[in-house]
Amino acid sequence: MSLSQAEVVLAGDSGDGAGGSLGRDAWRRLRRNPVAIAGAILVFLFVAVALLAPWLAPFPPDKPVGQVTPTSIPGPSAEHWFGLDDLGRDEFTRILWGARWSLVIGVVSLLLGMTGGLLLGLLAGAFGGVVDTVVMRFVDMVLAIPGLLFAIGVAAMLGSGLEAVMIAIAVVNVPIFARLLRGQMLAQRQSDYVLAATSVGVRRRRIVLGHILPNSLTPVIVQGTLTLATAIVDAAGLAFLGLSSNDPSIPEWGRMLADTQRYLSSAPLLAVFPGLAIIFAALGFTLLGESLREALDPKYRR
Amino acid sequence: MLRFVVRRLALLVPILLGLSILLFLWVRALPGGPAEALLGERATPEAVERVRRLYGLDRPWYEQYFTWVGNLLRGDLGVSTRTQHPVLEELLRTFPATMELALTAMIFAVGVGIPLGYFAARRHGSWLDHLSVAGSLFGITIPVFFLGYMLKFVFAEKLGILPTDGRQDPLLDVVHPTGFYVLDGLVSGNLEAFADAFQHLILPGIALGTIPLAIVVRITRASVLDVLHEDYVRTAEAKGLKPATIRGRHVLRNAMLPIITIIGLQVGLLLGGAVLTETVFAFPGFGKFIADSIMARDYAVLQGFILFTAVVFVLVNLLVDIAYGLIDPRVRVA
Amino acid sequence: MSLLKVEELSVVFRQRGREDVRAVDGVSFSVAPGETVGLVGESGCGKSVTSLAVMGLLPRRGVLVEGSIAFDGTELLTLPADKLRTLRGRDMAIVFQDPMSSLNPVVPIGVQVTEVLVRHRGLSSGEARAEAAELLRRVGIPDPARRLREYPHQLSGGMRQRALIAAALACSPRLLIADEPTTALDVTIQAQILELLKGLVADTGTALVLITHDLGVVAGMCDTVHVMYSGRIVERASRHELFASPRHPYTAGLLASVPRLDRPRGERLEPIQGSPRDTLPWSRGCAFAPRCRNRVDECARAAPELHGGSHSLRCFNPIEAKAVNR
Repeated sequence: MSLSQAEVVLAGDSGDGAGGSLGRDAWRRLRRNPVAIAGAILVFLFVAVALLAPWLAPFPPDKPVGQVTPTSIPGPSAEHWFGLDDLGRDEFTRILWGARWSLVIGVVSLLLGMTGGLLLGLLAGAFGGVVDTVVMRFVDMVLAIPGLLFAIGVAAMLGSGLEAVMIAIAVVNVPIFARLLRGQMLAQRQSDYVLAATSVGVRRRRIVLGHILPNSLTPVIVQGTLTLATAIVDAAGLAFLGLSSNDPSIPEWGRMLADTQRYLSSAPLLAVFPGLAIIFAALGFTLLGESLREALDPKYRR
Repeated sequence: MLRFVVRRLALLVPILLGLSILLFLWVRALPGGPAEALLGERATPEAVERVRRLYGLDRPWYEQYFTWVGNLLRGDLGVSTRTQHPVLEELLRTFPATMELALTAMIFAVGVGIPLGYFAARRHGSWLDHLSVAGSLFGITIPVFFLGYMLKFVFAEKLGILPTDGRQDPLLDVVHPTGFYVLDGLVSGNLEAFADAFQHLILPGIALGTIPLAIVVRITRASVLDVLHEDYVRTAEAKGLKPATIRGRHVLRNAMLPIITIIGLQVGLLLGGAVLTETVFAFPGFGKFIADSIMARDYAVLQGFILFTAVVFVLVNLLVDIAYGLIDPRVRVA
Repeated sequence: MSLLKVEELSVVFRQRGREDVRAVDGVSFSVAPGETVGLVGESGCGKSVTSLAVMGLLPRRGVLVEGSIAFDGTELLTLPADKLRTLRGRDMAIVFQDPMSSLNPVVPIGVQVTEVLVRHRGLSSGEARAEAAELLRRVGIPDPARRLREYPHQLSGGMRQRALIAAALACSPRLLIADEPTTALDVTIQAQILELLKGLVADTGTALVLITHDLGVVAGMCDTVHVMYSGRIVERASRHELFASPRHPYTAGLLASVPRLDRPRGERLEPIQGSPRDTLPWSRGCAFAPRCRNRVDECARAAPELHGGSHSLRCFNPIEAKAVNR
């Protein structure tokens, strides 16, 4: 086999050819899957609300707009769709603004965690040997601490606040992405097309960056989508434990849920709205991620 | 088999060593340095002396580390600044409650999840199957504390059929020889206390067990579906075996392998989730203690409890590996 | 009197959103006690589906089975599931292609043999173990007592297939179906397994249905051969007739693509053109027409019927019969 022929084989196996058809195939199956459509709609709504909150919201998010006392918190009305919160602010407005905070927390912590994890995983997967052992031992070790407790520890170390929450969630996701990418790269490294490339003398750097890495990224994308969901839920959990920002004017769903605990019997809806908001946002990313996984999984290809 | 266990145990050593270094460094990185972080601003001279002894703060860092590990091995995890009790004492006091709760949640998740996942796979494509898939996707996304609130609001506050919080009705006259209240009720022959303790476990158990339930359903369904398409199940059918034999010996025995791995991983989720659940239900366990310690910036407690949790998690997963090896002969030689 | 009588068997796979697939289309054949019958064809021709239908192992959902399968006078297609289960493994047994995947990896070999004995002959586990050891010895597994305790991954491929055969023969079934029993094995092992099957059938008078794509396997074993293409039987004859004078172009093609020692060196093998995918639906003509050398106009217009007596075939333009000297 001449080099040019090998290149053709490689391109067909790993690059644009098969990638494109896998992509097209996956896209076609995604569009037909009602679960994917439901997920996409939820995600679209969530992102749209997050981006457009200042224009959609009927009231300012941080100022009282009505009279409340701890025993009488007005429920939903024509003027205040979701009623008022314990400080007299418009609950609907705060839910809309909350989407913005959740999106920021989710995306920033995902990007940080994914970057860190991919770098570690790439290091382990590309070099193997001692580097691999050291990195994977570290990953095993960190994964031994339950995620939420780990995040609590990191956030406590950083002294709470929104940045602390984002970094804490990012750090928890680092080992997950590292292990995922490393496992993928290992599997790819043993595949036939990499053997073919090695046998015709393609440089290692080129094999790793040009073939192994792109092929390993599919599950990373899936995991990323699912991680957005858990990041949103975990951020709410940390806020619930008082590890988020101390600023009560920030409408963060987890904090809103925690703050209304005292009014559970008099105004239970104040807990329901942020709770449902968290669920729908997380559900959107989960449905999308799961159907993406299904669409990209060769097991489901026919 | 023994060699397998010993080798797995040996693998724990570097993990535990690394964890101890990580937590040692963690305290050092806390705002204000270790002394203030561990003692708070209003530290008494005796307390400062204790931390100095615990960490040997005037000596080089590696000596400090070995001093600390030495103390750890003797059970000295430091003192809680909030309660002024030794951390180990607090741990031993609060952990039985959490174990009881986590066990309840696990029984709920596994007891409901495996049959549900199995029948969903058996009736692949039926409404039960679709419902279990949709339900499990939904279940994974519900925040534990939100579910806790809703359960508490509906069943405790509105319907009033279950207690709102705590582990036991304070008005009951009970003794607690074991620290496991359900067990205490049984061993002391106090059936009222037993029933009361059990009722206190139902709502938090469901709240904590819902995410593991969703995960167990998903993995059971997927695993059983895979196994049902295996040739050896067809062989078993061809032998004319009784359906119960096929289900137990040929389907579930193989399908259990990924399931027990996932169950082991749920222990981490349960211990983390306990922090939220116990806070919602004012359940006086280890998670509630952690939550209170976060508010009080009680780092000695966080350090000790996180280390302890990691050890528990690692040990549970060692047990899972052993169980895996018992079921699957291929692992034993590999 | 035949032991197994399959008549006009059709199997249709129906899946929502896809066209129905007629995997088996009006297949009839019968097997007498002690007889060995071959079902031959390329993969996808419906031979394995036929065997699964006979054993009642097709999934119930999404599969439509029509026609009749009579075992010793009992109609199997309408037999209640529990009655069928008592027949399976006791009176009729099957050996599958891949011995690795057909054995349960987490159950010892011993249990996988004894469970049949316990189920159908009501033996205690001790009795079953002794009997299983004897069975393993009979199928040529040395040191059976040790092998009974071992797991499938500890056995070689040939050993595994022997163990599967032992389990299939445990209750001395009257009918044994062997579905590509040697395909997954090394060539030397293949011959041993075939020898073993042949010997066992001769000893016990078990009727054997041998399913294979390999005419070489058929040549040494079968009394009667049915050649299948695209779900239908296209030629049926005694082994002797079929090899000496194949009349369907497909059979001839299969034979021509087998290397043979009794042909001059240097003679080219002639593969059949195209692949099983180039198939016409029977409703529009002869399914083999797109690949056929003897194709005539009629082939694309209507489907030929199976006709003829002891040597029957389904073809408009068959190859001339040669004189067969017996």
